[in-house]
Amino acid sequence: MTIRKRLLPQPFVSVAVLGLWLVMVSAFTLGSLLMGAILAVLIPLFTQRFWPDRPLVRRPVLAVRLFLRVCFDIVLANWEVARLVLGPIGRIHPRFFDLPLDIDDPFVATLLASIISLTPGTVSVDIDTEARLIHVHGLNVGDEGAAIAAIKARYEAPLKEIFQC
Amino acid sequence: MMEATLSEVVVSVLLLVGAGFALVGSIGLARMPDFFTRMHAPTKATTLGVGAIVVASLVFHSSSGGGLSLRELAISLFLFITAPLVGHLLGKAALRGTRKD
Repeated sequence: MTIRKRLLPQPFVSVAVLGLWLVMVSAFTLGSLLMGAILAVLIPLFTQRFWPDRPLVRRPVLAVRLFLRVCFDIVLANWEVARLVLGPIGRIHPRFFDLPLDIDDPFVATLLASIISLTPGTVSVDIDTEARLIHVHGLNVGDEGAAIAAIKARYEAPLKEIFQC
Repeated sequence: MMEATLSEVVVSVLLLVGAGFALVGSIGLARMPDFFTRMHAPTKATTLGVGAIVVASLVFHSSSGGGLSLRELAISLFLFITAPLVGHLLGKAALRGTRKD
């Protein structure tokens, strides 16, 4: 147990590194497997102090559903933004707004901020863990309250349930 | 033969869609009035634009007999990880800069 913890402090990261390495070299040989294994052990060890305590995924099915929803939203929102970009500039209403956080865990908060940035039309600019809010810039925000409520319902509530935090 | 042409059509459509969104991203970069609205353009070009081109590459290489090619999935994964980081850092830097002025 302790040896495993010392050698592989982040088993998930190790598996991800090994998998990505094999995918990138696109050759399943003993050499690439060995090289991937070495990287899978070394990279987590060298980056160990960087990793925050990651909460466990408690609801994997919900996590998959959230992932699909985010993918769908990326496609949908791309059309929306493409229309805004090509339409008359005077019609868009860019503005900053603060998204109050119900999430305490910094890892999950970062995940939420990344989802906000990936779904086009919103970019998270700053995470303030002390004031517990994410500073968001929206490309076209008609109603600030509605935008905040949408992000909270679509992404934050599922994240809270997935990680139970 | 029929199969080959079908995959060719799919690849062509995906390439056009991808290139179209990359173009829209660039147009947005040029047309938007200030830094923060411009910041939105790169996130668009990478997500759907590069996403579609990467899927096109995946379909092309898988259908041309190379077996299922997974390298493209790694590319899109890296893009999806790095795009929000870049947007975040750009925005944060710009915000600090304007506050100090």
